[in-house]
Amino acid sequence: MKVTILQFPGTNCEYDTQYAFEKLGATTQIVWHKSESIPSDTTLLVVAGGFSYGDYLRSGAIAKFSPVMKAVIDYANKGGKVLGICNGFQVLAEAGLLPGALKRNDSLHFISKHHTLKVANNDNIFLKNLDKDAVVNIPIAHHDGNYFIDQDGLQELYAHNQILLTYSDENGNVKNPNGSVDSIAGVCNKEKNVFGLMPHPERAMESILGSDDGIKMLQGFLSA
Amino acid sequence: MIKAVVNVFLKAGVLDSQGKAVHHALDSLHFNNVADVRVGKQIILKLNTSDKTQALNDVTKMCEELLANTVIEDYEIELV
Repeated sequence: MKVTILQFPGTNCEYDTQYAFEKLGATTQIVWHKSESIPSDTTLLVVAGGFSYGDYLRSGAIAKFSPVMKAVIDYANKGGKVLGICNGFQVLAEAGLLPGALKRNDSLHFISKHHTLKVANNDNIFLKNLDKDAVVNIPIAHHDGNYFIDQDGLQELYAHNQILLTYSDENGNVKNPNGSVDSIAGVCNKEKNVFGLMPHPERAMESILGSDDGIKMLQGFLSA
Repeated sequence: MIKAVVNVFLKAGVLDSQGKAVHHALDSLHFNNVADVRVGKQIILKLNTSDKTQALNDVTKMCEELLANTVIEDYEIELV
């Protein structure tokens, strides 16, 4: 298992992501955005969280034109597995690899706290170790996490089980921190090889730090 | 040289939280005749061309590829 983690100017979760996957036994490599290729033995490509290009213009808008992104899009189109966390989700949505867009939280506040999430679908490699409707405790930390998709797009997501996680309370009832359409916290593409979510599973790896629910999530990629 | 002014706004139907917050603030300042507020951004470009048709084509492309996210935003281009 070789996890390649992308690093843009302003990325700040690459080392947490590296820690998380190495804890699970994977080998990892951080790749700078100027690289025009990604290592050929990559089995999972992670676009880590942070503030690529300072979130200028829109979150993820400028990162999508970084040299490495051509290789990322190629890799994804050939069926390679890609995971975008937080700013990584924004980058993948801007690049058109995932449907919808992330806009400013309804409250206009930056939200940074633990939040419970409900597993909406588990028929995918990412969440296959979790039960459908299971509730997990994962930190969120974003200003632009308000997921938007139009009605037609939303119906498509439901039709193909593309909604991964929704924000909920501890009992799995809807609790929406940021105004996302249908409380959506993460989605995948129709082919189920590109995944994006605003919460940070790589920050939920140690129970002493509040939660280790991220382990079961990220493990899905390792037991492929 | 042509100057292009690009205005980018959230589409109608996409909740504009910043617009709402500004509207609320205007209300508290007793500006009670405000019906709606939209907050957007303005991008001003200076183009090395005098051909207006080409300028409009170029800026439209820039909007589609980078300046606006057409999933949630509309744009208007004005050449001056």
